[in-house]
Amino acid sequence: MSSEPLLRVENLKTQFFTEAGTVRAVDGISFEVREGEIVGLVGESGAGKSVASMSLLRLVEDPGEIVAGEITYKGETIFGLEEGPNGELRERDDVLSNEEIRTRIRGNEIAVIFQDPMESLNPVFTVGGQLREFIELNRGLGEDEAKAEAIDMLREVGIPDPEQRYEEYPHQFSGGMRQRVLIAMALACEPSLIIADEPTTALDVTVEGQILDLVDELQAKYGTSFIWVTHDLGVVAEICDRVNVMYLGEIVEQAAVDDLFYDTKHPYTDALLDSMPRPDRTVDDLEPIEGVMPEAIDPPSGCRFHPRCPHAREVCKRVHPEPKIVAGDGEPHRAACVKHDAFDVGYDESPPLEDRGPTPSGEDSADTDSESGLAPNPTADDGGERRE
Amino acid sequence: MAVGESQIESGSESVAEDDDVEARVGWRYTVAQVKRDTTARWGLYIVSFVLFVAVYALIDSNLSRLTFGHVSNYRFAQLLPIFDHPTHIPPPGEGRAHVPPYFPLAEQSWNPLPAGGTLEHPLGTDRAGRDYFTRIVYGTQVSVFVGLISAFIGLLGGTLIGATAGYYGGRIDDVLMRAVETVYSIPPLILIIVFTVFVGGANIWYAVLGVGITFVPVFARIIRSRVLSIREMDYIEAARAAGVRDRNIILRHVIPNSFAPVLVYATLQIGVTILIVAGLSFLGYGAQPPTPDWGAMLRTAHGYMHSNVWLSIWPGIAIMITIMGFNLFGDGLQDALDPRIND
Repeated sequence: MSSEPLLRVENLKTQFFTEAGTVRAVDGISFEVREGEIVGLVGESGAGKSVASMSLLRLVEDPGEIVAGEITYKGETIFGLEEGPNGELRERDDVLSNEEIRTRIRGNEIAVIFQDPMESLNPVFTVGGQLREFIELNRGLGEDEAKAEAIDMLREVGIPDPEQRYEEYPHQFSGGMRQRVLIAMALACEPSLIIADEPTTALDVTVEGQILDLVDELQAKYGTSFIWVTHDLGVVAEICDRVNVMYLGEIVEQAAVDDLFYDTKHPYTDALLDSMPRPDRTVDDLEPIEGVMPEAIDPPSGCRFHPRCPHAREVCKRVHPEPKIVAGDGEPHRAACVKHDAFDVGYDESPPLEDRGPTPSGEDSADTDSESGLAPNPTADDGGERRE
Repeated sequence: MAVGESQIESGSESVAEDDDVEARVGWRYTVAQVKRDTTARWGLYIVSFVLFVAVYALIDSNLSRLTFGHVSNYRFAQLLPIFDHPTHIPPPGEGRAHVPPYFPLAEQSWNPLPAGGTLEHPLGTDRAGRDYFTRIVYGTQVSVFVGLISAFIGLLGGTLIGATAGYYGGRIDDVLMRAVETVYSIPPLILIIVFTVFVGGANIWYAVLGVGITFVPVFARIIRSRVLSIREMDYIEAARAAGVRDRNIILRHVIPNSFAPVLVYATLQIGVTILIVAGLSFLGYGAQPPTPDWGAMLRTAHGYMHSNVWLSIWPGIAIMITIMGFNLFGDGLQDALDPRIND
């Protein structure tokens, strides 16, 4: 706790300057990753999870740009801005150069495992060749040493008969096997941090279980930290130590994994938990979150979740909450919801939202209409009862 | 041979049974497909034959004995003066020339000759008494190498430009593609002629380079369109995240994965380049006499169309067969490399 974390992200903002306007894909997130822990980054599609994780390697593609914030890794500055003499923002001098990022950080210090194992290997080269090249490149080994190392890594991630599989092409591997190869590739240079961008989403559940076990095992062995990007809270429960829940470019809740599941503090996290099947709870119907996430190009005023939030009150339209510590003795439990006392903006006195505010699109209002007979105006009380 | 072929046949069967579309890439599969496809097979036979003739002419210096009739020690290197200026070539053999086969020669400017095609000169001789068959054979060499080299220039230039433009996008893309489209907007023949004149006059190498340049835009466009989809693949992103430099990403990941369609197009293009270079030589902007180039031979022969039409017909047939071979092969290769067609 007291020591400097492996990675610290402060108020990171990544925006895409499109013709339709500025897309605020990541809008001021702060989190940290400590040595040897797995940190979850959870959210719906479009919440900015992947953009956030790519920003950590400064791999945001045009027209995207990191516009604010600070990223510190092992005391080195991956990104940081300062105010220049004329008041304009400029990169600080201690920011690592592109060349340093490329040769020292990417692959060597921070590796990435991508979502789709089917597309993450180059189809025209053998699996072993790719792994070997990667090791040669990043560790400066000779061809034979790198090959031996590559075969060792393949064995390490549980690929049977690695000498023979080394010579095969990606299309001769199944999805799970390919994901193992990608894990081998990520681990090959013994990085301190691995960003896993939904690595099990494309796999079926049995394989997913195996991969999670493998990661757990390797993580214990190598002590590597992970940022685990996913939309699956089941995976989070299985593997993560701490969790960040993202909604529309912001982190809305940040807690140790048990706190998040058993002492949920943000209505969005609540809604996510309600919308997924859980073995520890029997419900008649799952309750999906109404509507779709609004565009990050024009986020709602106040709390960004308020148009979809069952607890929303008048004040939620006005006040934009920053995450604050709302509970937790050891591990701080942060949530960005004004209903907690820490905010003290008069949530309890504020009247509930009568009209649900402007819905993002016509389709949603139609949905609301059709359901209105069943569940007219879900209120805070309604949600409260259900949680007990 | 029969055993080998049946093995390959059975190999192709097992590949074809595999439902995985991605198994339908790679050289083994392509070769198997070409073997199965009649068009491609005949194309391959013709191309192989033409290449064999070209290489044979390179090796067998005995052929040169025929070329200048009795001047038997005339060396092949001098015979194929595409490296030399034409003026270095000594005057053709004197005295004993032979009449071209099938048609009596009326023109008195030709040397008096014994009549008819002979065993020694199956296609007769040209005006200078050079064996026409031998010149056709050497013409294969010139045409094939000229075709391969200009297609290769187009392929190389187009691939590098197209891949760079497609990979980087944005301003680099705009600049490169607009430049390439400017070249594309000029009629190719005019461009090549102006180019050859500009760089130093009629010479087959300038013509080859010119033809290669006119093909750059097409290759660049094809490969760029492929690269636009390839660059979105996760393995490109993964390579970037692993700290691979852009140059290596383009050379190792982008180009190899975008290459198949361009390669097919290049095969088809070899035929076209041969045709264009022959046309240039015919117009006098390509190979210069006495280089045994089919186009140049046609140019010489067209003055004798009425008196001796065969002088024009033999090079014409040679050009036709060669181009047909490359086109059939290219078509077949296209089918073989496109897994969707062969279901």
